[in-house]
Amino acid sequence: MRLHEFQAKRLLADYGLPAPRGFVALTPDEAEAVARDLGAAKIAVKAQIRAGERLAAGGVKIVHGPAMAGKAAADMIGQRLVTAQTDEGGETVRRVYVEEAVTSDRAIHLALLVDPSVGGLVAIGAEDGGEGVEERARRGVLKQESVALPLTGGIDREAVGAFLGRIGLKGAEIEPGCDLVEGLRRAFVELDAALIEINPLAVTSAGELKALDVKMTLDDNALFRHPDLASLRDDDEAARTKLSAHRDQLNFVQLEGDIGLVSNGAGLGLATLDMVMAAGGKPANFMDVRTTARSLDIAHGFALLLDNPKIRTLLINVHGGGMQSCDTIAEGLGVALRRSGRKLPIVIRLAGQNAEFARSRLANFGCAVIEANDMGEAATRAVAVAAGRA
Amino acid sequence: MAILLDKDTTIVAQGVTGWAGTHHVASMMEYGSRVVGGVRPGKGGRSHLNLPIFDTVAQAREATKANASIVFVPPATAAAAMIEAIEAETPLVVAVTERVPVLDMIRVKDALKGSRTRLVGANSQGVLAPGVCKLGVMATGSERPGGVGVVSRSASLTSEVVAQVTAAGLGQSTTVGVGGDAVHGMSMRDCVELFLADPDTDGLVLIGEIGGHEEQEVADYLTEVKPNKPVVALVVGSHAPRERRMGHAGALAFGAQDDATAKIKALERAGVRVAPSAHLVGRTIAEALAQAR
Repeated sequence: MRLHEFQAKRLLADYGLPAPRGFVALTPDEAEAVARDLGAAKIAVKAQIRAGERLAAGGVKIVHGPAMAGKAAADMIGQRLVTAQTDEGGETVRRVYVEEAVTSDRAIHLALLVDPSVGGLVAIGAEDGGEGVEERARRGVLKQESVALPLTGGIDREAVGAFLGRIGLKGAEIEPGCDLVEGLRRAFVELDAALIEINPLAVTSAGELKALDVKMTLDDNALFRHPDLASLRDDDEAARTKLSAHRDQLNFVQLEGDIGLVSNGAGLGLATLDMVMAAGGKPANFMDVRTTARSLDIAHGFALLLDNPKIRTLLINVHGGGMQSCDTIAEGLGVALRRSGRKLPIVIRLAGQNAEFARSRLANFGCAVIEANDMGEAATRAVAVAAGRA
Repeated sequence: MAILLDKDTTIVAQGVTGWAGTHHVASMMEYGSRVVGGVRPGKGGRSHLNLPIFDTVAQAREATKANASIVFVPPATAAAAMIEAIEAETPLVVAVTERVPVLDMIRVKDALKGSRTRLVGANSQGVLAPGVCKLGVMATGSERPGGVGVVSRSASLTSEVVAQVTAAGLGQSTTVGVGGDAVHGMSMRDCVELFLADPDTDGLVLIGEIGGHEEQEVADYLTEVKPNKPVVALVVGSHAPRERRMGHAGALAFGAQDDATAKIKALERAGVRVAPSAHLVGRTIAEALAQAR
């Protein structure tokens, strides 16, 4: 679960995060009032969406005085903001975060995350942080440093200090830097985070550290330990389809094409996506039916597809396993088709556990399907059907 | 005959009294696996599925001499169950549980250091040696005893590939699901090492996907050891939307080197034959084995 900047800053304040003073505002009037209370000469007004790279998209404005802060907020609130990290529709800005603007000497990148290759917690960082870090990392021109952190017992201050030196902290900045890393480490473990990223971590001309932006993701699998944090989830528009899919035991990602995909298992789902693209088709979504999904959860997933007017055909690729068998998925399809009443061509490949039983379920539901013998054939057929060639 | 399992594998099931435990342990016993006991704290002394139930893994191992364990314990206490099995010096532990918190898996990894346990999973479908032993929750029916070793990060694709391998007239020595989560026990590389040393495995199929660096580790290892057996790979996720979570945390694409194209290139450089499409894996390993002969 990704948190908003204002949520992350509020949570991490308890762990000693040095951030500029600021408050969240829901309306332009509130933004103006916050700016007046802050009393700073320069004010940053920041759109609260979860995606990054807001600056280049106009989602962060540095203004002078409360009136201008109110105006900047009015320009943002209620608008959709499209950044390099959102999809084409962008995300709706429902709040702004208003904080005192900090002039930084240097912009450092610092993040805590789990390194799968060693199976442990690490801090990674780079001297040249700030806007565009992701892009530089992708191009391989970001000089990243890292240091391992323990889950218990506190950090090795010598090792962390050396790491901070490699990412551009100097002399008297190292000690508060170690305190910051230790605070973030404690927060990561106590709150069951999956990522805490500070970018930029500004160093002011006075040598002070200030976390200007914070991204924080919580481990969904550990939310059962944190009912208070689970309530931070908000169902803004962009997340709504994903949210309901998630609650119904499916992994669902909306895409732009016209072929609705359903598979059991993430691996088989990714393989299906690859085969459809290779055959020249355009997937409308990625959907993986989890092993714990029941037929009514699955029916809900099919409903997401049947409600999408762009979809021209469904491609169902199921290899029934020990935990999710073909007939459960067939039953989900049958229920969804009856509820929706929509008629569209359905290409299906059934193999493995209970494939034969699934066929009889589909026949009982009166579902007309085009059955393929293997998944390669299923992908080509679905692409041909969507293109009107079959 | 196989890696990890043999005819002397005897199993205790942790969390055997729950729904999933009951269902899958019954199916393992039906397959012929030698399940000798179950563990459920507070229910020691009772019996379930005609198996004696113990309060702890240590007691169960002491009484039954079991040398393997399978974990069906729910996510909140799954890590504690794995650590208990590790501390009881169980040689092989398979963890099926999905959605274990990632920090808990780090705690499990810490417990594994210096232990005598091999852990498979969590979020794994388990290990299957056709005709010998099923230590997991995979569907059976399309597997055949044979010489192809399968190591995978995805349960659904393993079922698919096993069916393809059998349809190509071959069989499997062992199939291992290393688990779909970012942090897990045995790596793909560990499994490849065992398969290369196994006299009954003639060739390997590696099923990888976007995210993580396990396929690169295998590629580095193969470059170093120059295997005398053909290795075929499938890597899915070439067209996955970037930075979107695909099903499980292990498949999260971030960074520069963990996309499908980079993995395919690394594996090809290491002499691995990469299947051109997911439906052609059986044919690809059959061709590779025929050429190797």
